[in-house]
Amino acid sequence: MKKAKGQKKKRKSKVNREYRNVMLLFTGLFALMVGYLIYFQAVKSRETINNSYNARLETFEEQTIRGSILARDGQVLAYTQAEEDGSERRVYPFGAAFAHVVGYSQYGKTGIEELGNFQLLTSNAFFTERLINELKGQKNRGDSLVTTLDVDLQMAAYEALGNHRGAVIVMEASTGNVRALVSKPDFNPEEIVSKWSLLSSSSDGVLMNRATQGLYPPGSVFKTVTLLQYLREHRLMADGYQYHCEGKITEGDFSIRCYRGSQHGDLDLKEAYAKSCNGAFADLGRTLDAEGFRSLAKELLFDSELPLNLPYSKSLFQVKEEDTEAIRMMKAIGQADTLVTPVHMAMLMSAVANDGVLMTPRLLDRTENYMGDVVVERYPIEEYGPLISMDEATVLQDYMRAVVVEGTASKLQSEQYTAAGKTGTAEYSSDKSKSHAWFAGYAEGEKETLVVCVIVEGAGSGSEYAVPVAKKIWDTYYP
Amino acid sequence: MVNLITELSKYVMTLLLALYTLLGFWLVRKPEEEKKAALWQQDVFFLWLHLLGNLILYLNTLNEKVIGFYAAQLIFFVIFLTLQHLLYPKSDKLLNHNMLLFLSVGFLILSRLSFDKATRQFELAVLAAGLTFLIPWIIRKAGGLRRLSWFYGAAGLVLLLAVLVAGQLSFGAKLAITVHEITFQPSELVKILFIFFSAGMLYESQELRQVILTTVLAAAHVLILALSKDLGSALIYFVTYLVILYVATKKPLYFLMGLLSGSGAALVAWKVFSHVQTRVLAWSDPFSVIEKEGYQVSQSLFAIGTGSWFGLGLGHGMPYKIPVVEEDFIFAAIAEECGVLFAVFLIFVYMCCFYMIINIAICLKDPYYKLIAVGLGTLTTFQVFLSIGGVIKFIPSTGVTLPFISYGGSSLLGMFLIWAVIQGMYLKRSDEVAGNEEGKRTKKEKKKQS
Repeated sequence: MKKAKGQKKKRKSKVNREYRNVMLLFTGLFALMVGYLIYFQAVKSRETINNSYNARLETFEEQTIRGSILARDGQVLAYTQAEEDGSERRVYPFGAAFAHVVGYSQYGKTGIEELGNFQLLTSNAFFTERLINELKGQKNRGDSLVTTLDVDLQMAAYEALGNHRGAVIVMEASTGNVRALVSKPDFNPEEIVSKWSLLSSSSDGVLMNRATQGLYPPGSVFKTVTLLQYLREHRLMADGYQYHCEGKITEGDFSIRCYRGSQHGDLDLKEAYAKSCNGAFADLGRTLDAEGFRSLAKELLFDSELPLNLPYSKSLFQVKEEDTEAIRMMKAIGQADTLVTPVHMAMLMSAVANDGVLMTPRLLDRTENYMGDVVVERYPIEEYGPLISMDEATVLQDYMRAVVVEGTASKLQSEQYTAAGKTGTAEYSSDKSKSHAWFAGYAEGEKETLVVCVIVEGAGSGSEYAVPVAKKIWDTYYP
Repeated sequence: MVNLITELSKYVMTLLLALYTLLGFWLVRKPEEEKKAALWQQDVFFLWLHLLGNLILYLNTLNEKVIGFYAAQLIFFVIFLTLQHLLYPKSDKLLNHNMLLFLSVGFLILSRLSFDKATRQFELAVLAAGLTFLIPWIIRKAGGLRRLSWFYGAAGLVLLLAVLVAGQLSFGAKLAITVHEITFQPSELVKILFIFFSAGMLYESQELRQVILTTVLAAAHVLILALSKDLGSALIYFVTYLVILYVATKKPLYFLMGLLSGSGAALVAWKVFSHVQTRVLAWSDPFSVIEKEGYQVSQSLFAIGTGSWFGLGLGHGMPYKIPVVEEDFIFAAIAEECGVLFAVFLIFVYMCCFYMIINIAICLKDPYYKLIAVGLGTLTTFQVFLSIGGVIKFIPSTGVTLPFISYGGSSLLGMFLIWAVIQGMYLKRSDEVAGNEEGKRTKKEKKKQS
């Protein structure tokens, strides 16, 4: 009797198997959907809603006093002064020095003011305090953002650039922490409202962050890429390379001269790089494999998205099949139509210094409540990944070191640190006497390995105008 | 002070819905006798939730009409439940509760968005409740429904064709026809005909010839909808048919083949039709086209994300920034102001309904009604999936309404009808059980006598 009952049950469950499967199918679908919703809210929502199209954030401003932006050591870079009459004023204690990186928050938002807008307008003040504010109908104080910026280095870079236009980026190779980011011409973010029409219509592009958005011909800094391609094609050995420089190289009716007509004489590859001999690099440039060169450029993030959460421009470098010999020679020395951003060059240098691995540039360290006693969120150090192999990085380090020891950046020899890098003097108009001064490199010492990239617009040679800026920064950092 | 109350009530409302949901799941498979106390408890949670929501709304708007509207809703709910109890003492109370919960959430969020639309929706709900009140009784008593399968199919096709030919364009799709100033979306009602048709045909016979014939006619429905650019409905019909086909024939292969050909068709549609490409683009990367194609989905995500776990509070968000928020994107408005957790519990209540309907299908003996129950359950649930999935960017948005919550008369009437049919089948199930026991008893008595 019992057995029969069991069989009956079994039969019934078999009859309804399809119904259970349908139930399972939809349970699965809904589980995925709910999972996605929770994932979105927990992980993606912050990044999503911090968008200028999201008008809801403006209502946050009615309930929250915008939080402060702090340097890595806690010095205040921006804060909001609430007046007795209820009006508010955003104060930037360092004025124009941090203008582009910290940004402004009226008439749109830029820089860190934009990047951390949501955090600055969210209050994690103590619960009872928020409760009391709520009862009194007062605003809460928004959270503070602690950045990776270093006031000493920022001021050193800002002053070293002087009245020149240009940009400086300083970052740690092993963490990606951005220590300083300067762009000139600059403006005082407190005057953004009063001088808006002037600033926004200026032909100088005052509001543009040149460090991340400025596109410049790289000049000789690009020889590093050319060098790497040559080394790749020769298994990282250049024993057989010899070049005799007579100050100029000619191809048909086209010729390239070395800077200020210098004649470098007999050179091996390292000397050619260290002394930045145009003839040598133009010469080896025409031998390079176009396909390989193209894929190297791609690996080095040319014409690509950068792992950077500030607005930036993409660097442009193209090797085309129809390029003439002359154009290929120009491209090998960083002229022709190649354009790069300073931040991209800094990232390449940091990968070289960090044994080939690029660390994602990092501007925000953590969010704290306004009292600074509760850390709301820490932003992790992230590895972007290797751009080049460790062996390649080691060889490049050696070549870049030679630039300081025996080449164009000899001013950087110091007891306190070991610098390496590459200078550049980039022509940018038909007037050959005008050129941008470049330097990109890194220095090792008792502290973090510090990458510096400098561009001084229209100043002259890299060794004369860009190298001294880098020197001031490193002298400040490694006393 | 108002802010504070709004702030605190968010947590309380989430908690109330959580408790309601929990009880709902606990009740799904409980025998009738044990249900009573828990059902009362659920009523209490529901009433508090309803009161609190409307109170916050009133405090934030100071619109006195909110109070009157709240009272009207309450009266409607009470009358509805009482009449149901009197006429159908054995109806599924939990199903009714869930329906009222959806309706009340809909009224609440609609009166926050547009008071006119909310009252209109209320009138429609009262009308729909009246129109469908006798349906459970009809289903329970009517015997010959299964003989009219051809009629259901033909009527459905004619109505859908009428929309394709004479329909009005809204958002690029032909959805509705207007007769005597009453605009109507036939596809919402044809849904039910479609299920009666598919279930009836496949109930009659599961032989290949019949399967092919039914499939061709079902495909015609889907095709007409796709041609009207009503992609959401086309998908719902398609998936519902596949499930009915699978359950009727017990052949998973049919289901897989259907799924495969459906995916193929979707791929072709994506390659060929620009309006499909637009939807996919707006889904895959809405922010890259935020000015135009991606605007709606982006605004929806802003709403959900900014609302966060507990919401901005009723009246404190900007749900009106989302285009078509009262209809297809109402879930985003709920998540924004009541919170993601509240929204998640709402999804769970829909799931609870699905389990209840499938449970009814399992318990029914008559294979015809079994198929209809599984069809209606699938249809409603898949519609919920499409609607919410599109709003949260889980899948491309297909522009379908959220059952019982979204604004819209046709959709509401369709849902009332579906619920009434399900109630009818629930009653049928009780009849079957009662009949069985009677049968057993008479058998036993006969034995005794012999």
